[in-house]
Amino acid sequence: MKVKNSQKISLFHIAWKNLARKKTRSLLTVVGIALATWVLISLFGFNSGYKNSLDRDIDNLGFQMLVVAKGCPYEAATLMLKGGTGLKYMNEDVVRLIVREPEVESVTPMLMQVVFDPNKGQSGGLTAFLGVDPASFPRLKPGLSFKQGGWFTDPAALEVVMGYEAAELEQREVGDLYLIPEKNIELKVVGVLGRSGTQDDGTIFLPLQTLQKIFGQEGQLTSVGIKVSKEANLAEFEEKMFKLPDVQVVSLTQVKTTIMTLVSTARILVFSIALIAILISIMGVINTVLMSVMERQKEIGILKAMGALAGDVFRLVWLETSLLCLMGGVLGAALALGTSRLTEYLIRKLLPFAPSGGLISIGATLILTAIGAVVLLGLLSGIYPAFRAARMRPLEAIRSEEE
Amino acid sequence: MKATTAIIEAENIKRIYKRGAEEIAAIDGLSLTVNRGDFTAFVGPSGSGKTTLLNLLGCLDNPSAGKLVVNGRTVHENGRGLSESQLTRIRRELFGYIFQKFYLIPTLTVLENVLVPFTFFRKEGAGQDVRQLLKKLGLEGRMNHLPAELSGGEMQRVAIARALVNRPEVLLADEPTGNLDSERSLEIGQVLKKLNEEEGLTVLLVTHNIELARTARVIIGLKDGKISQAR
Ligand SMILES: Nc1ncnc2c1ncn2[C@@H]1O[C@H](COP(=O)(O)OP(=O)(O)OP(=O)(O)O)[C@@H](O)[C@H]1O
Ligand SMILES: [Mg+2]
Repeated sequence: MKVKNSQKISLFHIAWKNLARKKTRSLLTVVGIALATWVLISLFGFNSGYKNSLDRDIDNLGFQMLVVAKGCPYEAATLMLKGGTGLKYMNEDVVRLIVREPEVESVTPMLMQVVFDPNKGQSGGLTAFLGVDPASFPRLKPGLSFKQGGWFTDPAALEVVMGYEAAELEQREVGDLYLIPEKNIELKVVGVLGRSGTQDDGTIFLPLQTLQKIFGQEGQLTSVGIKVSKEANLAEFEEKMFKLPDVQVVSLTQVKTTIMTLVSTARILVFSIALIAILISIMGVINTVLMSVMERQKEIGILKAMGALAGDVFRLVWLETSLLCLMGGVLGAALALGTSRLTEYLIRKLLPFAPSGGLISIGATLILTAIGAVVLLGLLSGIYPAFRAARMRPLEAIRSEEE
Repeated sequence: MKATTAIIEAENIKRIYKRGAEEIAAIDGLSLTVNRGDFTAFVGPSGSGKTTLLNLLGCLDNPSAGKLVVNGRTVHENGRGLSESQLTRIRRELFGYIFQKFYLIPTLTVLENVLVPFTFFRKEGAGQDVRQLLKKLGLEGRMNHLPAELSGGEMQRVAIARALVNRPEVLLADEPTGNLDSERSLEIGQVLKKLNEEEGLTVLLVTHNIELARTARVIIGLKDGKISQAR
């Protein structure tokens, strides 16, 4: 090995080797920070992932607003989401009133009928039929895909399109016949939808006119889906809709806000926990570095006797702290990435309503920001131990403990 | 080698420690001149002020009174001294230190330990002869070993190499053999003597070991913070 003139060991090397002295202690500190970082990244990832998925679900719904008959229980919102009872009807004329508004991009009238089917399952069950307008409904729901077949051939055709699960339950394929329980009318299955993860999966779709006729509800609707143009002021438009007689308006953006509020209440709690975890791990860092500074008093004294200025010692100790935090941050980020599926699974079990898409989205920006934040916290927490070390006078440091 | 130019001049210096109401004059009005190329040993009973004196001469500590001039620069006069960072600058230009304990960094190799001072300061021209320095100290086969793999004598020689790597003019050694057996102690004495004779290094040595003290050219006895005898 040749010793060259330029030979010098870096401050980084010394800092690194200092951490290597008490491996277990350094490792525990790093793990503490890693856990806190892990929680932090998972939470932020959940936050943005959940919001995106919810947005996507609501976009897939195709309309931001639903007009239902007044007195229809508020669960009318979930009428579309879940399928319910206690239906109230409104006249088709309402569609013309709605379309007049300039904010409206398109509307689609719907009639929902829920039938008790004694042959369903073990003790019978409810089947939801949705009468839709073959002209407008497919346009408002471009997200719907077909596993088999397609939409109705005629606005009054005796045909059905079955949701993925409904078709599976009834064991029907395109070309099969379908009988509505207790109505003696034969319908032909013309389409089976692909799985969407929404309430559409369990619904059986008919042309609006056909359904109205079968159930004797000519000219009646249960709801009208409205797609509002992008530039429109939603709040203002909602006001106008409220003025329509005998109807009520359910805005899905409101539903979304309600869900997000619910979720964010839970989030605040978990964020506080994450914050506490981070504070504890930062205390751990301060403790570790302070301890190692105290143990090395004499060595620091020698460094100062050998010509290290207060600033040099400060930088050395500061570097050690930052290294601990950087390693913890990187490890925590790796953990968060590695366990995101598990975290997602756990959160899905905990949440009352989880959207169908991915709940956690961890991007490069999030990872870099989190690591940056942890290192920044490390730099802050390193100030005190570094200051203590820098302030030591060589003689006192060398002398200490000797008595 | 200009053997007669003074590098450290102490004039009636005092170092007073306060212990509660009590004041202890660890160094009590001592005058001394150290010339370039000197090899001086300080001996005396425990508590006589040897360590205190060495720290004052090596600018690790400030006198309470008197005048101290180092390399032509007044470090202290009548209770007023230089700041800690100014003292650091003098120390790294002029002095190397070794102590009873070696204070090597256990996770760095011998070579790395010796190079540590360069991380903070490198005197112009220093560092070209690190390998030679290690060889001179009998450490050439030990460069990549960790301190734990060395004997006490070897560790102290590593500490000497580290003290010398920036080519100081004065080496201050406080009980450098306090942790070593008598044979190793004399070995260290020979190393110091050789450095003094061959390199012209000024050496100030504090020791209890009278045999070791004899390797020095001048022995100064201390008692109660004053010089009791010199020869
Ligand atoms: N930091 C201090 N505070 C108070 N008193 C001190 C301090 N350092 C030294 N003294 C006192 O000053 C006197 C001289 O101490 P010093 O350490 O210089 O003696 P020494 O000759 O080196 O002794 P030894 O041979 O035991 O090392 C002693 O009485 C000691 O108790
Ligand atoms: Mg002493």
